[in-house]
Amino acid sequence: MNQKYPEIYLDSLDNLWFQVSGTLCNIKCEHCFISCSPVNHNFEFMTYEDVNKFLEESVELGVKEYYFTGGEPFMNKNLLQIIRRTMQFGPATILTNGMLIKPDTAERLKKISDESIYSLEIRISIDGYTEEMNDAIRGKGVFKKAMAGVKLLAENNFLPIITITKTWEDKDDGIVLDGFINTLKSYGYPRPRLKILPSIKIGKEAARTKGYEEFEYVTDQMLVDYEINNLICANSRIATSKGVYVCPILIDSPDANLGGTLKEASAAYELKHQACYTCYLFGAICSNFSSAGRDA
Amino acid sequence: MPERVAMFGGVYSNYLSLEETLKDINLRGADEIFCLGDLGAFGPNPNKVFPLLQKYKVKVVQGNYDNSIGNGLDDCQCGYTDPRDNYFAKLSYDYTYKNTSEEFKIWMKELPKEIKFEFGGYKVLLCHGSPRKTNEFLWETATPTHFLEKLCNDFDADIICATHTGIHWNRKFFHKEKLKEKFFVNAGVIGRPENDGNTFVGYTLLEIENEKLNIQYIPVEYDYKKLAEEMRREKLPPEFIETILTGWWTTCLEVLPAKERIKGKY
Repeated sequence: MNQKYPEIYLDSLDNLWFQVSGTLCNIKCEHCFISCSPVNHNFEFMTYEDVNKFLEESVELGVKEYYFTGGEPFMNKNLLQIIRRTMQFGPATILTNGMLIKPDTAERLKKISDESIYSLEIRISIDGYTEEMNDAIRGKGVFKKAMAGVKLLAENNFLPIITITKTWEDKDDGIVLDGFINTLKSYGYPRPRLKILPSIKIGKEAARTKGYEEFEYVTDQMLVDYEINNLICANSRIATSKGVYVCPILIDSPDANLGGTLKEASAAYELKHQACYTCYLFGAICSNFSSAGRDA
Repeated sequence: MPERVAMFGGVYSNYLSLEETLKDINLRGADEIFCLGDLGAFGPNPNKVFPLLQKYKVKVVQGNYDNSIGNGLDDCQCGYTDPRDNYFAKLSYDYTYKNTSEEFKIWMKELPKEIKFEFGGYKVLLCHGSPRKTNEFLWETATPTHFLEKLCNDFDADIICATHTGIHWNRKFFHKEKLKEKFFVNAGVIGRPENDGNTFVGYTLLEIENEKLNIQYIPVEYDYKKLAEEMRREKLPPEFIETILTGWWTTCLEVLPAKERIKGKY
């Protein structure tokens, strides 16, 4: 008999994500949950027209925030044009490794931000506060290039959110966070903002760690008195080159493809994956803030 | 039907600014005075707020703080996600809970989540954060106009008024089909300054003039040094006192979008 998994309804589409550079990335991180690389063509770049179609559809649905991820979004040559268009609709966030941000990129981003009434957030992934720690996970030479990107953004009036995947023990929280703050200040970012993410034990990260335990699934019982809006699938969807998926984490799972339009993709989704367990435990792991949802 | 109403949010136990605000409103004249919630937090001696609200017949919407204190919950439901933000929020909540009278708590528990009324042909909805969620942050630079339109449609309102974020703003937009003007108004807070280096606080006046809505933000000066002194006596965190004295926010900053954050000092 097939196991029955909890079904989650889309409460409201608050966060619309775009897999704007597909699974193509300029680096190959050891902990990537969708194994992005320079040669992973599972998902391709999205065009301006692809994105614009979803932006227009999003108006009626009342989408609150737009997120751009990959892969590495700045590999997509249309990114800045896409962001400019998006910021006519609402606030945008770019998730990047920061390495491809050059002086003229930072200046153009500033111009795009200044032209809009909305905020443009740049989230830069860095996974260690020393070159040694970071590059062990993200690759040789990555730390210096990412820090150069951070500095350029800070000089252009941005306050990038440094996004750190947690690969240390709880007891070391204080040391690690202080380490990040001091390092970022010394690299020319005086007011660092930090966001800590849990590691998702699928893709390359399953090989790096031991993956999930057999029992690590979400059950109906676990959802009693649980704030459902902590789950990404209750308030988000992600548009890709191959259609709309339930969330940014599960795009490698064919069952997570919910259709070609946002409307089609508003169907309910069963929490049948072990990654759902991480989302359940940590809550709202992908968005900038957890303010979505409605009162009971 | 009212033609002029005054509203503010976030008293945060600042009874000194509350008194100045209410005096100013009375001087200008208003048919109704509304408070959009969050009576406690941050400031000293929460019970001093209660008699002022009664004396001036203020109609109050329940904020997340009032819901927490009234129902004896463990935290303020402010919706912070950062550990440092939560540390300060907890200090403030525990102090406020301990020092709020039973009578005030019971009253807070019964406050409505929204107030609706007709105002010069507009349907007004007053809430704390957003009509769909008491502790939802609606910041000026993170709230799309089409999202506000959807809220107006879903909740059958022409003017939605809220607070919660601590920084006032408003936006006018047009309903596509009916070509009717709609508004979102964040009324601001009177409990602490707006993270712009000024020590004053402010409230919002809505007026109908020639059948049009006029939205006015009125700054209010008060004896902030006296409040800081009382906060010191109550052993409230120096970080909170600094905000009152300088006009810059020092805590609970991680929920701010980029453009609101960059305007502040921290």
